[in-house]
Amino acid sequence: MVRFVHDETYSGAAKVAVFQYLTVAVFIFLLVGYWDLQVRNEGLYNSKAQQNQIKSLPMPAPRGRILDRDGRVIVDNHASFRLVLSREGLRDDHVEPIARGLNLDVQDFQARVRRFQRRPSYFTIPVKEELTSGELAFVESHRNDLMFPEMELIKSQFRLYPKDGIASHLIGYVGEISEAELNSQEWANHNPGDLIGKMGVERFYNDTLTGIDGQRQVRVDNRMNTREVLGMKPAVPGKDLRLTIDLDLQTVAEMALEGKRGAVIAIAPATGDILAYASAPGYDPNLFVGRMKSSELKGLLEDPTKPLFNRVIQSQLAPGSTFKPFVALAALESGAIDENFSVHCAGSATFYGRVFKCHKKGGHGTVNLHSAIAQSCDVYFYNVGRMTGIDTIAKYAQMAGLGKKTGIDLPGEKEGVVPSSAWKIRTQREKWYEGETISVAIGQGAVTVTPLQLAYAYSGLLNNGVWMRPHILDDGHPPQVDHTADINPLNLAKVLDGMCAVVNEGGTGAAVHMSDIVLCGKTGTAQRASNDLLKTKLGEEAFRDDAWFVGFASRENPEIVVVALYENGMHGPLAAPIVRDVIKAFYDKKARQKQSGAPQNLAAAVRVPGSDLASPGLRSR
Amino acid sequence: MLLIALAICSLGILQIYSATHATAFRSAWMKQCVWLACGLFLMWILARVDYHNLLSQVPILYGITLAFLALTLVVGSYVWGSKRWIPLFYGLRFQPSELGKLVIVLLVARYLSEMRSDRLDWRDLLKLGIAVGIPAGLVLAEPDLGTTLTYIPILAVGIFFGGFRWQHALMVLLAAAVLLPAGWVLLKDYQRARLVTFLDPMRDPMGAGYQVIQSKIAVGAGGMWGEGVARGSQTQLRFLPAAHTDFVISAFAEEHGFVGILVLFALYFLLLMQIVQNAQKAPDRAGVFICMGVGSLLLFHLLVNAGMAVGRMPVTGIPLPLMSYGGSSMMSVFAMLGLVNNVRLRRFGS
Repeated sequence: MVRFVHDETYSGAAKVAVFQYLTVAVFIFLLVGYWDLQVRNEGLYNSKAQQNQIKSLPMPAPRGRILDRDGRVIVDNHASFRLVLSREGLRDDHVEPIARGLNLDVQDFQARVRRFQRRPSYFTIPVKEELTSGELAFVESHRNDLMFPEMELIKSQFRLYPKDGIASHLIGYVGEISEAELNSQEWANHNPGDLIGKMGVERFYNDTLTGIDGQRQVRVDNRMNTREVLGMKPAVPGKDLRLTIDLDLQTVAEMALEGKRGAVIAIAPATGDILAYASAPGYDPNLFVGRMKSSELKGLLEDPTKPLFNRVIQSQLAPGSTFKPFVALAALESGAIDENFSVHCAGSATFYGRVFKCHKKGGHGTVNLHSAIAQSCDVYFYNVGRMTGIDTIAKYAQMAGLGKKTGIDLPGEKEGVVPSSAWKIRTQREKWYEGETISVAIGQGAVTVTPLQLAYAYSGLLNNGVWMRPHILDDGHPPQVDHTADINPLNLAKVLDGMCAVVNEGGTGAAVHMSDIVLCGKTGTAQRASNDLLKTKLGEEAFRDDAWFVGFASRENPEIVVVALYENGMHGPLAAPIVRDVIKAFYDKKARQKQSGAPQNLAAAVRVPGSDLASPGLRSR
Repeated sequence: MLLIALAICSLGILQIYSATHATAFRSAWMKQCVWLACGLFLMWILARVDYHNLLSQVPILYGITLAFLALTLVVGSYVWGSKRWIPLFYGLRFQPSELGKLVIVLLVARYLSEMRSDRLDWRDLLKLGIAVGIPAGLVLAEPDLGTTLTYIPILAVGIFFGGFRWQHALMVLLAAAVLLPAGWVLLKDYQRARLVTFLDPMRDPMGAGYQVIQSKIAVGAGGMWGEGVARGSQTQLRFLPAAHTDFVISAFAEEHGFVGILVLFALYFLLLMQIVQNAQKAPDRAGVFICMGVGSLLLFHLLVNAGMAVGRMPVTGIPLPLMSYGGSSMMSVFAMLGLVNNVRLRRFGS
């Protein structure tokens, strides 16, 4: 047994034993602790260890680019960083410092985080797009296991629109999917945080433009640095879209509209290709990319000039005298008049007890069909309208494609109105009064059209009764016939010859006569307020007449039809130069191509998309 | 005993290498080797001088220790919010509280062996309490709660072996029950946070509880057989904090598994039993007190450090003797082993 030298203690051995038992107890206590973690719960801690080190990072697929008909880039992408928060490890008290670090509105951001709480936790919360270098520095310095490990940087391809917008209404813009959109049928298979096309081509061809996001599984350390790539599912980029738009014409059209409110649309009648599509005033689609401040959006929405309004397909206005050729055609085709029908215009005429004025106070004297179109004589068409009747006018207007959607590949198209007796009973439960026909005969009254409709309607006439479906996508497929109509070529020639006279025989469009190009067309002045008093005394710009001009060239071989709407532009002839500029650009370009045999880049000289970017090196493709 | 200590140190050095080979501390294992050599030298010196001589110098040693501790509070370098080190040359630092451990072992041994009785009365307890309390208070003021706590088992085991009365033990417990809430008020915020975290680690997963959670994950991920040297994911990817210092055992557990832990604990157990055996064979009461003081100190370190790694003890920053990286700790452990050896060498009487 234990022997204590120099020791009288009787219990020494027992006390040592107590210490030994204590030691054993401590070791058992510790071993149980390690057993519990390492053997009993190994799986649990293994998976926690995996959670620590393995992260799945989304690799956003770049969206397809948007090109013009010559393959020039209108909308591109550039590389940028997007910050997202992974939901594991996200704590309520991190939200505020993160928002502050990135100059975000704290309350907006908190609301955002709350919205995501209802979603499954594998959805990451997008925080900010296109981080600046300062914000990147903040992320890098705070993205570790002790601060905000939930922050994840994602390299993404970001939408880059031409600065201040080219064809911004046509192209639209992308933005994060909204709560309302998530619940709608159109976006049923999308997830919160997705970027989707909100307007225009971006929206209509969203599925084509959108690629398939990839994913990267990586092993990270406690600073969230990637140590090892474990797996990779590459992103499939979205497909590029080639539009029928010609950037050269587009640029000319937009420059012609500068400072005005209105729209320009150019169609190739033989194919239905939309060559130019402009709505003014425009906006800078880059504002919508990323997260727009609500104040900026409010400014755009409340701007009285309505920059977001897509006038080409959404503005429904009375066509004025540009409607007259359809009335003439209806009268000739239905036999209501013959080609020799003529009227004496004394400046006004009385129908059904009411005086209807002609736009020329002194009157046009005796006019026939040809000169009535050329001079846009109202009295002549009052008579023609009365003789033809509203339902026949409606029939031919509808045949030409007015009063219904053209079916262009863009969202949000409006229908316009072609009134008829049936239409009036259907919509107003009232019978048609003959007096109303008189107004409709000169494109006033209930008749309204969109600029696109008008151009489309004329394109079919120019194509000898074959209406090609108007389209914006140049997908290489042969153009589609929308509908056809049997029109007596002689009658059609009479009407079109009248339109030639408008410009080339001293008609209302004589000012835009060109020596080298046979431009034909029709002016239109549409009243916004029927009361002349209102127009002059109030002097309100908003009640001034809208100016229209529809032009085509050439008479023998119509290759392009252009409609210009100049809102509150007072007189039809004022819209004519816009059309002339576009058509001149069209033929100039043709001439240049004939000379050089290659397409010239006129647009590049005027405004190159993306040329205003500080560092072109950012552009990815 | 030396062989066991060296075996544990080798495991420690291996683990330090494995945990730091890819970090800014990659030379830590070499430094640790140097500390080991210094420790062995110190052990040799302390084994040679008769411990009775050392015991007679206790008042001087005690005075020096107090002076150093006081100096620490004045000139000590701030590291992570506390002053524990006195800077020396070449960036070396000296931790007087480690010297304190050694001196308190000797102090308790001397005080208790000089009483020729196996019963302690109140006055003895009070005197001893004050003698230990002063350095303990100075260490607590650094603040270094962990090291302060290590002084208690030396005192407790000393009193236990010195002869205590059950009534005293009860009254001390009673006093502790009253004083603990008071102590709670006096604790620093971070210390309080650590205790709360110990009780409920998930309460603050990214703050004070983070270390415990990451340590448990590392230990648990090791499983039965471990992930292999330099292949522990949590250690290598640095999710495990302080993987070469306070949580070296977690890194070890991850890379060597439960089997490795068994081997390691067996070594520690053997070491402790050797120390106890030396106590049994000690030539006198002073020798018993020295051995048991050292033994209790090491056991306490092991309990708190290894227990903390699996979330069964609060995080206090107490190193694992012979394994954790750090010169002061290494030197003080070897110095104490030197004392034990000293007792062993004189087991056949003077």
